[in-house]
Amino acid sequence: MEYSELIFKVIFVIAVFAVSLLIAMYSTYAERKIAAFMQDRVGPDRAGPFGILQPLADGVKMFMKEEIIPANADKALFILGPSLMMLTACMTGVVIPWGNSLIINGQEYILQITDVNIGILYIFAVISIGVYGIMIGGWASNNKYSLLGAIRASSQMISYELAMGMAIISLVMMTGTLSLREIVLQQPGAHWNVFYQPLGFLIFLVCAFAETNRTPFDLPECETELVGGYHTEYSSMKLGFYLFAEYINMFISSAVISALYFGGFNMPFIGGLGLSHNMLAILGVVFFFAKIFFFIFFFMWVRWTIPRFRYDQLMNLGWKVMIPLSIVNMLLTGLFLLWRNGLFHF
Amino acid sequence: MSQYAFYILSALSVASALMTVFNRKPVYSVLYLIFFFFTLFGHYILLNAQFLAAVHLIVYAGAIMVLFLFIIMMLNLNKEVEPNKSIVAKFAAVISGGLLMIVVVSAMKGVDAAAINQHSEIGLVETLGSVLYNKYMLPFEMVSVLFLTAIVGAVMLGKKEIK
Repeated sequence: MEYSELIFKVIFVIAVFAVSLLIAMYSTYAERKIAAFMQDRVGPDRAGPFGILQPLADGVKMFMKEEIIPANADKALFILGPSLMMLTACMTGVVIPWGNSLIINGQEYILQITDVNIGILYIFAVISIGVYGIMIGGWASNNKYSLLGAIRASSQMISYELAMGMAIISLVMMTGTLSLREIVLQQPGAHWNVFYQPLGFLIFLVCAFAETNRTPFDLPECETELVGGYHTEYSSMKLGFYLFAEYINMFISSAVISALYFGGFNMPFIGGLGLSHNMLAILGVVFFFAKIFFFIFFFMWVRWTIPRFRYDQLMNLGWKVMIPLSIVNMLLTGLFLLWRNGLFHF
Repeated sequence: MSQYAFYILSALSVASALMTVFNRKPVYSVLYLIFFFFTLFGHYILLNAQFLAAVHLIVYAGAIMVLFLFIIMMLNLNKEVEPNKSIVAKFAAVISGGLLMIVVVSAMKGVDAAAINQHSEIGLVETLGSVLYNKYMLPFEMVSVLFLTAIVGAVMLGKKEIK
């Protein structure tokens, strides 16, 4: 690796980290504003113009609160829980292709931290590790409501990971690669995968809601039954980490959905404008973020519209609807591929 | 550089594997075992087997160990009091463990260290797929039938009353 490329990578890693934290921070503000809009309220408007400094005020409040570790809690694991949650949330941004490449002084810089050829599987692996943050935190609190919340979270995540994986298998069958960058490059213009895999997209979207513990699947933190769910005993910035990690996860899942099914940094009609390569790449990044923001908005829209499932309904939906549907989708994709390659004749 | 990475990873693997056995709290044992799987993930990456590494992490650390942790948390096994085992059981454990170690050591005896190739492409998804679906087609399909049998068996056992 060349020296200039190394410097570029370091700057890029820091930028991705900072941007995901910033977006997660302002997602909390957006969530409250959207909730207020949907319920015909004003929302936060005291800190700065339109309440724009509210996330900073919330952060300061979180840091200033007294930190309580329950007497009967397992202290090491109690601290490990939120740390692990935050760590896994920040790790997924590594393989996401944020844009095409920039050409500076004749050298090509790819706008992605690393293009491993197992991109999707890496994201899956990190997500499946993320559940430990909730489980360890819930168990170490030594509180039955926390434990119930943690068990709900983990069984929900395991159930929906299966359907999500199978939705991705059909996508991989279509594209023939596991690298996220190649999948995005295969969707030029308006040839987005959502038009070829509508059912797979629907399954993936529902499972993404379940994996990020968002309404209607937020049973792990169901206030009416479990006090506060797995983070009942947490206070101060440890609670802040749990809440914050949820917003980072939401940002990353919106990015994955846009990259896999909505063409990532591709946009129709943009190729005909005759812009330079660098200009196109920068516009691509802008379009990618526009798609991401739409999906973040979608997450919030659903949260303030649909009530929460009952637990048995959640499990029935996961095992009896999502998994059979994803198997059907896989079969249909296989048949389509065979037909396209002319391997059987009607 | 990869040599240093190998030594650090190996030290971590051995330490976490020992901690899994010697720790008295079951939850900590499970967590050390998960950490051990992470170090194995690193070893796969060093051998350029990225697909195997990711699948290893998803299947073992992501699914199987979650269920382990689940059971231990549900049964609340984190008590440090353990009933004393009889001397016969201790001897049986030592002898069977030793026998297993002999098997493992003898299996490793004929390994040619020079054959380990860090640039081998056998662990990448394309090569692995073509080997599995061409050379080992029949065994691969047989294993999947075996898995199906296991699933059906588990459902049958899980049913409270069989009609």
